[in-house]
Amino acid sequence: MAAVQTTGERTLNKLAIVSVLIVTMIFLAPIYWIVSTSFKPRNLATTVPPTIVFTPEVSPFVKLMLKRSQLREQPTPEEYAAAPWWERLVFDGGEKVVRDGKGEVQLSGYPSRFLNSLIVAIISTVLAVSMGTFTAYGFSRFKVKGEDDWLFFILSTRMLPPVVVAIPMFLMYRTFGLNDTHIGLIILYTAFNLSFSVWLMKGFIDEIPKEYEEAALVDGYTRMEAFFKIVLPEAATGIAATAVFCFITAWNEYVFALIMTRRDAQTAPPFIPSQVGSGLPDWTVIAAGTFLFLLPVAIFTFLLRRHLLRGMSFGAIRK
Amino acid sequence: MAHIELRNVTKTFGGKAALKNLDLEIADGQFFVLLGETGAGKTTTLRIVAGLEKPDDGTILIDGVDVGGWGAAERDVALVLQQYSLYPRYTVRENLEFPLKSKIRRVAPAEIQERVERVARTLRIEHLLERKTDRLSGGEMQRVSIGRAIVRKPRVFLMDEPLSALDAKLREALRTELKRLQITLGATFLFVTHDQVEAMSMGDRIGVLDRGRLVQVGTPSEIYARPTNTFVARSVGSPPMNLLDGAVRDGAAVTEAGFSLPISVASAHEGRPVTFGVRPEHLRLDPEAPAKARVHDIEDHGVEKIVTLATGDAFVRLTAPATQHPRIDESVGFSWNPEKIILFDRTSGRNLSAA
Repeated sequence: MAAVQTTGERTLNKLAIVSVLIVTMIFLAPIYWIVSTSFKPRNLATTVPPTIVFTPEVSPFVKLMLKRSQLREQPTPEEYAAAPWWERLVFDGGEKVVRDGKGEVQLSGYPSRFLNSLIVAIISTVLAVSMGTFTAYGFSRFKVKGEDDWLFFILSTRMLPPVVVAIPMFLMYRTFGLNDTHIGLIILYTAFNLSFSVWLMKGFIDEIPKEYEEAALVDGYTRMEAFFKIVLPEAATGIAATAVFCFITAWNEYVFALIMTRRDAQTAPPFIPSQVGSGLPDWTVIAAGTFLFLLPVAIFTFLLRRHLLRGMSFGAIRK
Repeated sequence: MAHIELRNVTKTFGGKAALKNLDLEIADGQFFVLLGETGAGKTTTLRIVAGLEKPDDGTILIDGVDVGGWGAAERDVALVLQQYSLYPRYTVRENLEFPLKSKIRRVAPAEIQERVERVARTLRIEHLLERKTDRLSGGEMQRVSIGRAIVRKPRVFLMDEPLSALDAKLREALRTELKRLQITLGATFLFVTHDQVEAMSMGDRIGVLDRGRLVQVGTPSEIYARPTNTFVARSVGSPPMNLLDGAVRDGAAVTEAGFSLPISVASAHEGRPVTFGVRPEHLRLDPEAPAKARVHDIEDHGVEKIVTLATGDAFVRLTAPATQHPRIDESVGFSWNPEKIILFDRTSGRNLSAA
């Protein structure tokens, strides 16, 4: 930036800052809405005009985690007094916590769906990134017969909208008994992300001078040792960037999760809207579910942010 | 310490020949310099010796043993490159330790420490040991990189233009240092460069590569005094040898540049189209001489002057002592030492007196 600014430049600068702020606010508005709704009392969630000032409460999160049913009759004062704080919150909402025969509290479907999402997204990301890194290394460092054709073929798997293959995939999965299994979704998401991962990683690895590894080879290391000791640390930035992208894709995937899973392996995305269903939707609970769902990606991206920033510019600049 | 021999080595890249039937022998403890332009096949030769590249044909012997099937790690050679030869993210010490920590060597930690420090002392980089390599200057980097090679005591040192990326002063300093190192270690060096000054000043023997063929091997003075062809004549010497087309008539060189001067070469080449080669130091300004030219340019180097003469459509360079003061555009006479004229065949470029 210039050390000396004219009045015109200063005004322009201020204008730029103001417009960036406005754009940021527009982008953050839905997130603010989700977060604020997830802490609202149910009766304030859908008021017109929207309620901005309210006493936040955690009842949406409690309800999100627990299996509930409509109260037919109000609890007796003794019952109410004996109940723990979280059960009282459910009573206040006109519902009761469902217990099994032994009196154990039943959890709602959300925690297991969330866990499914984590399992599927993490495993498929690890698989896609590691396989992609190895493949990219091979393409980058060795003469592969028909290299360009192979790379094009790998890329071509991304050229159709995934939904196009939904029905054949569903039939194949039914034949192999992969419907509603974790492994089924993991294979699917790994396959989705692999082409992306190979291409991205190839760009990163191409940028690492092969002289480093050759020096290691001459110094008495095997190709594998050289890969792990020299290439991998250098590729960390690329791996982080690729992992974030793969994780987000797998985490957010909706259509296939909806088609391929019902209960056991269902992930959070198809589950959350399915709760809109019976009776009047409790928007605060849905918002709480969405809010928690946003957290892992946000945390993951935050942890890798330094790599991401470097990664974005690193692969993009070509000599 | 090792003796290296390449026999009939051929290598092609995508149909383009990089090396053609290369035969090369490097004696134990010799400083061998491969000199050639970019793309001549110098680096390929080096990589083949290192085991980073497989030749399409031919054998590589180290100490008389065929190492064709050996990997780079087993050949026990050290490689120093022009750049990228240090591991980033590592400190200087870690870089120096790296080759000693390989599984195939198993050096005791105390010895690693001792060897690293000794090498650091030799190369005067002790104060840099804990520094990360991205905080080093170009010269320091190359020193560390040479250090990483010598810390291992390899059989052969392979150096791929290790000094080319450095500035002139540093290059000169490291040149002497490398040569001194080679003498103290008594090691075999294969040094690749496109810089003829490096080749002349460091090499015990020089091999001149031209488009994948080894055109001449010899000591620096042999290469300088008796180039086998015009290519070698042009690549060695600064300022380069003057090459003038012409023919021999009645014991005199008649050049197409328009002058003729006597020569003392066998008359067998009488009338044949040849190229005369003469080093600048064998020409002199001589007012009495029959050959006349116009002074085109003067470079004053202090001890001597390099004078470029324009004669006909050719330029002739000669070195003149500092005591002479020619002026630009002045008309001068010049002559040469008739003993020192080399005749090359005009079409093939081969040295006719050597044959």
